[in-house]
Amino acid sequence: MIDFGYGLTPSSTLKIENVANPAFEELRQREPDVAKCIACGSCTASCSAGVFTEMSLRRVILSLQRGREKETLPMLQHCMLCGKCLLVCPRGINTRHLILSIGKVYKMEEDR
Amino acid sequence: MRERILAAYDPFVLPFVFGMTFVLAYCLIALVKVLLQLNAADRRKFALSLITPTTIVKNIRDIFCDCLLHVKLWKRNPVLGYMHSSIAFGWFMIIVIGHIETILYIPERLHRLYYPIFYRYFMEEQNTTLQGSFFFFLMDFFLLIILSGITIAIIKRFRSRIVGMRRTTKLTLTDRIGLYSLWAIFPLRWIAEGFTAGVAGGSFMTVPINWILHNFMSKPENITVAWWLYSIALGTFMTVLPFTRYMHIPSEILLVPMRNAGLPVRHTRKGFALTMLYSCPSCGVCIDACPMGVQKKNVKDATVYMVRNLKRRNQKRSLEIAEKCLMCGKCAALCQVQMDACGLRLAYRTAQEKKTNQIPADFSYLAAVEPIAPAVEPVALDDEKVLYYAGCMSSLTPVISRSVQKVLQSAGVRYELMDKDGSICCGRPLMLAGRQEEAQQLIAQNRKLIEASGARILLVSCAICYRIFKEHYALSGVQVWHYTEYFSRLIREGKLQLRNSHQTLVYHDPCDLGRGCGIYDAPRAALRTVGQLVPALKERKESICCGGSVGSLTLRYEDREPITRNAIDNLTANNPEAIVTACPLCLKTFGRFAPVPVFDFAQVLADNLE
Repeated sequence: MIDFGYGLTPSSTLKIENVANPAFEELRQREPDVAKCIACGSCTASCSAGVFTEMSLRRVILSLQRGREKETLPMLQHCMLCGKCLLVCPRGINTRHLILSIGKVYKMEEDR
Repeated sequence: MRERILAAYDPFVLPFVFGMTFVLAYCLIALVKVLLQLNAADRRKFALSLITPTTIVKNIRDIFCDCLLHVKLWKRNPVLGYMHSSIAFGWFMIIVIGHIETILYIPERLHRLYYPIFYRYFMEEQNTTLQGSFFFFLMDFFLLIILSGITIAIIKRFRSRIVGMRRTTKLTLTDRIGLYSLWAIFPLRWIAEGFTAGVAGGSFMTVPINWILHNFMSKPENITVAWWLYSIALGTFMTVLPFTRYMHIPSEILLVPMRNAGLPVRHTRKGFALTMLYSCPSCGVCIDACPMGVQKKNVKDATVYMVRNLKRRNQKRSLEIAEKCLMCGKCAALCQVQMDACGLRLAYRTAQEKKTNQIPADFSYLAAVEPIAPAVEPVALDDEKVLYYAGCMSSLTPVISRSVQKVLQSAGVRYELMDKDGSICCGRPLMLAGRQEEAQQLIAQNRKLIEASGARILLVSCAICYRIFKEHYALSGVQVWHYTEYFSRLIREGKLQLRNSHQTLVYHDPCDLGRGCGIYDAPRAALRTVGQLVPALKERKESICCGGSVGSLTLRYEDREPITRNAIDNLTANNPEAIVTACPLCLKTFGRFAPVPVFDFAQVLADNLE
């Protein structure tokens, strides 16, 4: 082939799945449902704690996936585990178990 | 009566003596261990209950009715009831009569453990005398009763459906040894006493067997063989007893007074819980009771297997079972020994959560939730004002809160909404997840709001909330009413004018309302005024969980569907035009799959207001 001195470069898109995120991987093992989330926000819309605080399960899942747990975990401190998100989730995610599992995989830092 | 064997001893008694001594020693050590494991307050409470006359009477009655006569089981399944009480009570009577005979005729031998048990071998008496025929008859009568019970037991083991059980427990190896030796004891006793019937008299069971097997029984050298076998069967049973389900026999005698003392389950396998674990007879009633049993893969998650895994310290399986359970309480309601199945699971979840949760809760934001009435000036208590708490779930089913308000307005009740602008959860979901301390924070916050409102009546339309309000809130001066109770009171007082639509309705008992709080009649009474109530196949205490329960932590959405469908099939067996329930969670869950409309209790009343 003739070398024109330029060519197609491989895609520079960052694939979030390919970034090593062992904590999230462990979470997925404990509660596989986490991978089902389509970030529709039904959980956030119905959240009892969300009425009073910034708690948003949708953001929790997205942020953990991106490895940004520091800003996420304080939100979970407000969860009352009432289970409304469980009822509204169109994907049937076991949200309460997901939240309980996050508490087992991730650790809050003391100074927060 | 006179002694036939003057030495009052024969080596064949040794297996029995060994087994009996072993089991007595084992039970004594276990008793001391359990008592030491109780905390000081519980131990004092238990000791006090043992000297309270009313509790003493209750203890004796319960031990007699539950452990010997199996009254509860009779009510549930007469065949199984007969089977258990014939063996338990019959055996008890044989032991008692043996002792009575020894006391009456040869009291100096009473200190020999084996003497009353092998009384027939050592003593000689003819059945022509009054005392002889009397005791011979009694002994043979109870032997017959036991043998009939054993026959049913053998049939049950191979064809459980004949005696009305779909599934029975899978036995362990030691259980099997115990079972077979138990089966063997009484036929062997029959044969052994058949021999002595030839020399020392017998009655309607032992004399005929002596005639029938005359060739065998007339040979004196066979006598000791038969008594040896009988003693070995007894000895084997006693020796394996602590490691089998038959440990429930001695354990129950301790369980009954502990339960009557009102001790709580504080640990999964210490103190009261340990007694409870060993009191499980592995009968398997809980297997058929469990709503998860619709799927075969969940059969091993029944309470009987949870108990078995806890006993064996199998942490992994125990945790799995503890977290999967819907906490509907049906197994506990039907359990013959009143196992606190949910309490054990909750204790497990709590211990686990304390150990593994790394995100401490922070509910400080709740302090900012506006109270209903201005908290600045103290509010006077108002006898008639109702404070209505709809609860979290009800905000997803607004029809409930709308209907409740419509009914309240129609009855002219003054009310206020407690959670118009978003509710603080009642705390039960947190509690069920094992986060007891966090739940207490919500309880404290809600209590503050309720007490600040000045209302005397707290009206709740959610069965889950109602249970925790009743059990854990300890509200002073405020009565907690579930709307089914409150509305049927309004109907009784003539404050609600309703018309009867003659629609056929079936009522579903929500777990936390029925089994949890014992409310079965109020909703039914109210529904009869607006429609025609048809029964479900299983209802009241035996009602089947809707499958949506927040009690289960790990049960997946796909696995809840078969439970819901099974519950719906149970409800619609008599072709009702609608299903009525009194819990927002059941309403939502049934609504997904039910072939007929699902209404909330308040909705039905509101729709039929004059």
